[in-house]
Amino acid sequence: MPKVKFDILESTCVPLPFENIDTDQIIPARFLSATSRQGFGDNLFRDWRYKKNGEKNNEFVLNNPKFNGKVLVAGKNFGSGSSREHAVWAIFDYGFRAVVSSFFADIFMNNALNNGLLPIVISDDLLKKLHGMIQIDPGTKVKIDLEKQTFTILSAGDSVKFAINPYKKECLLKGLDDIDFLLSMKSQITSYENNKSLVK
Amino acid sequence: MKSKTLFDKIWDSHVVRSIENGPDVLYIDRHYIHEVTSPQAFNGLKERGIPVFRPGKTLATADHNIPTKNQHLPIHDQLSRNQVERLTENCQKYGIELFGLNDPKNGIVHVIGPELGYTLPGMTIVCGDSHTSTHGAFGTIAFGIGTSEVEMVLATQCILQPKPKKMRITLDGELHKGVTSKDIIMHIISEISASGATGYFIEYCGSAIRKLSMEARMTICNMSIEMGARGGLIAPDETTFEYLKKLSSIPGIKDINSSVNEWKKLQSDFDALFDRDLKFDAGLIKPMITYGTNPGMGMAIDDSIPMSDAIGNQASSSFIKSLDYMGFKPGMKLLGLSVDYVFIGSCTNGRIEDFRAFAQIIRGRKKAGNITALIVPGSKKVEDQMVAEGLIELYKNAGFEVRQPGCSSCLAMNEDKIPQGKYAVSTSNRNFEGRQGPGSRTLLASPLTAAAAAITGRITDPREFITEEKKVKK
Repeated sequence: MPKVKFDILESTCVPLPFENIDTDQIIPARFLSATSRQGFGDNLFRDWRYKKNGEKNNEFVLNNPKFNGKVLVAGKNFGSGSSREHAVWAIFDYGFRAVVSSFFADIFMNNALNNGLLPIVISDDLLKKLHGMIQIDPGTKVKIDLEKQTFTILSAGDSVKFAINPYKKECLLKGLDDIDFLLSMKSQITSYENNKSLVK
Repeated sequence: MKSKTLFDKIWDSHVVRSIENGPDVLYIDRHYIHEVTSPQAFNGLKERGIPVFRPGKTLATADHNIPTKNQHLPIHDQLSRNQVERLTENCQKYGIELFGLNDPKNGIVHVIGPELGYTLPGMTIVCGDSHTSTHGAFGTIAFGIGTSEVEMVLATQCILQPKPKKMRITLDGELHKGVTSKDIIMHIISEISASGATGYFIEYCGSAIRKLSMEARMTICNMSIEMGARGGLIAPDETTFEYLKKLSSIPGIKDINSSVNEWKKLQSDFDALFDRDLKFDAGLIKPMITYGTNPGMGMAIDDSIPMSDAIGNQASSSFIKSLDYMGFKPGMKLLGLSVDYVFIGSCTNGRIEDFRAFAQIIRGRKKAGNITALIVPGSKKVEDQMVAEGLIELYKNAGFEVRQPGCSSCLAMNEDKIPQGKYAVSTSNRNFEGRQGPGSRTLLASPLTAAAAAITGRITDPREFITEEKKVKK
């Protein structure tokens, strides 16, 4: 579905330094009843963003005008739990284009890559340093260069390589679509079906 | 020939094409869909103007958002009703078999797949739901996928998937009375943390696994995702074959005996290598309960909440935040804590054996006055079986009302929500913040522990209710 391209992104960051943020926090189940992909950003982190009475929770980072940007910097094991792609749609719809953590849950990682949201894994130490820098200076900028696979904290000059599956990288750089690719293989799929055995 | 794990054997035989430096194009034998994660995928097909490639390999059910009362009436919530109607329309339009609301085969997708004979050894199975790992109990590669991948399967019967690493978890030894398969998996998760198996696919082995029923095996495979694994499987054996032989029919299979001969080949080679090997002793496992907001935060029911998080770090801000949410403190004991709700059901513990286990404790007793109970069978067939065994009556006599099937309070998409600040002992799979309703506080446990809490109104060690003679098989 998405033919979103990604090449270079330079942005300030929004910090969310908690571990094990699961997809139920990103988008609670009661907001999954929509049948389109749009509009989920309004309910991103809903139960942290709003108080029980529906008022904005000013202590939550998304409601703090000091912090903004297209890069969400999370804690370890981000996106665990439910396979709901709505979590990725919500993050993307809100305006983020990359999520940085030291560890992502598998399904979230696939879902993100399938929607043009770049998941970037950096070391625990660098993640901790980055969180510290953002707290001191919310204007801290990072630069993500997908072609070179580099993640740079601009003010500090720290630049690290990040890993991405070469196929997925190609798709994101060129805006290619997985389903177009699979559809082009139909005759190969049919011939596989005709020759299938239980195990090899 | 190189030795292979069972996972490798099934995976490799489903690779249509390997992309250099990329994922594999993996053929999918069985695709389950439900109302919540499929509509956007069907929209995608419509936009592309393409059909479902192999509609006979996809099966649909409505389970996530449906009410568990008065299912014969139109769904009250407009958005939920719309989602279920869209599923019905899409299934009709694309020729997909649907076990919708009020169908005698309706139920939670991971409960009905196996009980209707659609989940068979050696298959690759996917569904837009992370608990698809449940089907691994039959010796399948089964895992949850996102909606973009649902669209891939509908369009081509294939998905693009990098091959995970392999982990073997061996469980030997004898389980003690009052300890169930739910406690086994909760124990393992508490040992290796909620992210300890991320990047891996698990094979469960060992004498204690071999002794488990299919229902009990499904509970274990179901929660593989709760330690981050894509899935977990158990090689098929006589228990698997007996379960399948007892089904009234298996779609697509005429001679089960010849299939069984094929399925017997589904074993890891004795010298196959795993990327990670873990061993556990069933005899050391006690009834478990969670105290935090991820399934890794679990402990033996008579233990105290640890002073620091699972990996032994100093109490981190995430750990403290989690305990604050639950209203707990490090070092606290949970036994005796008054609770408000008990939920039995879900794709983890919504099968007939689970309701039998619960019945074992409530039989001849009464529900505690402070408890609101949500008793939700995993499927219509489970409900029918409960009627046949007199369990509905038994539950009623003990003060429990049995609901109609669905995912219910496990994720609280419908009305079955646990209120703000209330404690629920739940047989489901996730204790995330707000999972069972905004502000709800979930304590995951086995059906036996849930039953003990339902009777006493407090967190109670289920072993107090069970004698050696009545030892549960699970």
